[in-house]
Amino acid sequence: MIVIAFSVRHYLKGHEMERHLDIELKSIKEDLLKMAGLVEQAIDRSIKAIKNRDEDRAQKVIDQDREIDAMEIQIENDCFTILARYQPVAADLRFIMASIKINNDLERMGDHAVNIAQKAQSLAAAPSLKPLIDIPLMADIVQGMLRDSLNSFVNGDVEQARLVCEKDDDVDALEVQVHRELLTYMMEDHRNISRALQLTMIAKNLERIADLSTNICEEVIFMVEGRTIKHHSEDLHLKSDKE
Amino acid sequence: MTNVKQPIWETKEMINGMAKEQSIAGKKRPGLSAQGVSTLAQANAEQPALKTENWFFSYGQDWAIKDITLEVPTKQVTAFIGPSGCGKSTLLRCFNRLNDLIAGARFQGQIYAEGTNIYDRDLDVTDLRKRIGMVFQKSNPFPKSIYENVAYGPRISGIKKSGDLDEIVERSLRQAALWDEVKDRLDSTALGLSGGQQQRLCIARTIAVEPQVVLMDEPCSALDPIASAKIEELILELKKDYTIVIVTHNMQQAARVSDLTAYLWLGQLIEFNKTGLIFTNPKEKLTEDYISGRFG
Repeated sequence: MIVIAFSVRHYLKGHEMERHLDIELKSIKEDLLKMAGLVEQAIDRSIKAIKNRDEDRAQKVIDQDREIDAMEIQIENDCFTILARYQPVAADLRFIMASIKINNDLERMGDHAVNIAQKAQSLAAAPSLKPLIDIPLMADIVQGMLRDSLNSFVNGDVEQARLVCEKDDDVDALEVQVHRELLTYMMEDHRNISRALQLTMIAKNLERIADLSTNICEEVIFMVEGRTIKHHSEDLHLKSDKE
Repeated sequence: MTNVKQPIWETKEMINGMAKEQSIAGKKRPGLSAQGVSTLAQANAEQPALKTENWFFSYGQDWAIKDITLEVPTKQVTAFIGPSGCGKSTLLRCFNRLNDLIAGARFQGQIYAEGTNIYDRDLDVTDLRKRIGMVFQKSNPFPKSIYENVAYGPRISGIKKSGDLDEIVERSLRQAALWDEVKDRLDSTALGLSGGQQQRLCIARTIAVEPQVVLMDEPCSALDPIASAKIEELILELKKDYTIVIVTHNMQQAARVSDLTAYLWLGQLIEFNKTGLIFTNPKEKLTEDYISGRFG
């Protein structure tokens, strides 16, 4: 038996090439992060608009959504062109696939922020129903999830991505609680129904933003490990324990 | 070395399973052996079409192929990819002993074709090359008529009746997707055909003797995109009847036509797996870097 000794790293050092594709992929990543910044701002503004009953701030969210929509189209076109021109494979291909999906997720989040802003406007025009406690709490968790999911994308951090997915249960639980509480208001006095419904829908929008953040994390795990975990998040612990 | 070797064993188990399924599913094809022409083809359908065991090969000084163990499953397309000089063509040529005449060449290990050790001293090499045919990079038809190019192999294997030969020529040309283009000029010289047609003629010539395996050494690299696309379609058709091993520099081609892909590097088998996995989620960094064009 002949033993072949060689150093892979040593051989590769001189051979690794800077590719034009890398520049294109980097620009996709930068655009996605720029878009994510706009989405984070929109969500933040829409939450503040509810808390402060601020119609102007809500209007800003609605106006700025066009910018997010335009970025979605641009990023999608760029990904499409890269697929056609470079036919990327392996990690490059997984990055493009994940980017296309994250792009979509971010745009949906922008729409949810607009929904929240619209509710904020109609709520601001009516007297306050109750002091808001659970919805701002939900918003804090959701904004944290979005931030962490974006960080996990930037750093390819699978561990962080998994942690975000776990937080989704807290948001779901809070949404149920908000829903239950608002039902009592509605039963108490039918004049409350309209405002209570608006608040329920705001909670629903926040819950959807949390879901979309976990989608981003699932795509990060796919991008890094090449494994699909969505729709099986209950197996998450088992799988990560085995490895 | 250890981390490089790991996936090979995993793959071997996988391929074993696949080869078994394959042989149960597909019924044995009556070939020339049925007519008693081939002496060797007591083919064992349970065995992989080709199998190398700790195969080393050298043209003189250094090993050009180092310790390759792999199994090529029956009636599937297996692609060998890798940078120039990685040994993929050398390995392909080992499968029908085309390296035999090179002075100073030596080897170590075993290669089996459906269970037969093809480097056995008593083996009839001509018979082996009938069972394992080869298509080369540059089309090389004989300076004869189209008909004679295809009929040559069966004729020297003992088929004399012109009716039988006609049938074989038509069947082979049809299988090679060339029949419609040449049926009216079978007696004209093969050298008058276009490059792509000549290559398909060479494929027809190879399959006229009903080999078990067709080896293809960069069959499209001298062809234009349309002719290449035709050959690729043909490969996908041919795998219904034949085991195909293809060496290619064109990675997209490997991704399109093959079921399994082996990545060779410096004479070693770095990774061997289902093509879908190799091109979406390769396990080895070396494979990843090569297929995504980071070196090579």
